[in-house]
Amino acid sequence: MINIDARGPRFSAVITTVVLAIALLTSNIWVIAFQTAVFAIGALRGPQFTPYAFIFKKVVKPRLKSDPVLEDVRPLRFAQTVGLGFALVATIGAASGATGVFTVATAFALVAAFLNAAFNFCLGCQMYLLLVRATSK
Amino acid sequence: MDSLTQLVLVLLAATGFGFWFKRSRGEFRRKKTLNGPKLSPAAIGCELGSRVTMVQFSSAFCSPCRATQALLEDMVKTLPDVRYSHIDAESQLELVRELDIRSTPTTLFLNRDGVEVGRAFGTPKRSQVMHALNAIH
Repeated sequence: MINIDARGPRFSAVITTVVLAIALLTSNIWVIAFQTAVFAIGALRGPQFTPYAFIFKKVVKPRLKSDPVLEDVRPLRFAQTVGLGFALVATIGAASGATGVFTVATAFALVAAFLNAAFNFCLGCQMYLLLVRATSK
Repeated sequence: MDSLTQLVLVLLAATGFGFWFKRSRGEFRRKKTLNGPKLSPAAIGCELGSRVTMVQFSSAFCSPCRATQALLEDMVKTLPDVRYSHIDAESQLELVRELDIRSTPTTLFLNRDGVEVGRAFGTPKRSQVMHALNAIH
C-alpha cells in the first residue's frame, strides 16, 4: 500500500479551485484543457505526480510546520479520477460549443475541489460505496 | 446570468453545503421506529453486546474510517456492555444493501436484540458516541 502526504492533494485542491474558477469566469478552453491534463496525471499516475504536487513539494512543504499526514493514495487518486471525468466533459463541451455542458461540468468539478480544499470533504467516501453497489451483483 | 454571478452563487451554495456537511458528521440519527432486521452475530461478525453493539461499515477508499475505528475500539475497552464490530462494506454487499448503507464510515448502533436504534455518518466525536450509547437502554 502506498501512502502519501495528504497535505499535498489538499494544497492541489486549492490551486484546482482557483484554476476552475478562472475557467468558469473566462470560458477559456485552454484553462479547462490544462486542468483536465492535470487531473489525468493525477488519475493515471497518481496525485503526487501533478505539477501542483511538484509546487507543494518544492515550495510549500519545506515551509510547513505541521507534521506530514500520511494517507492511502488510492482514495486521493479516485478523487482525481472524478475530477478528470467532469473536466473532460467540460472540455468537450467547450470544444463543441455546448456552453451549458461546459458550465455545469466545470461547476461540478469546482464544487468538488472547493469542498476538498475548504472542508477536507472526502468525495471518495461519499461516492465509492454507491458506485460499488451500482456496479456489482 | 454573467459568469461572475454564477461563480459566486456556486461557491456560496458549496460553502453552505460544506458547513452543513461538517456539522452533520458523527451526529446520532435515531430511527423513528425500530422496524429493522434483527442482526445476528453471524451477520455482523461478533457477539452482540449486552446493551449496545456498534457496527461500523468501512471501505478501502476512506481515511475517516480508520479514525472512526481507532476511536470506537478505544471506547469499548472501558464499556463492558458495549461491543464493536468492523465490517468491510465491499465484502458484505448484501448486508450493505439490506441496511441501505451508502457511504463510509457509517456506524450502526444496535440494541441488545441486534435491532438498529440509529446510525451515524462520518467520524464521530467521543461525546457524540457517548450521547448515542446513553440513549440506548
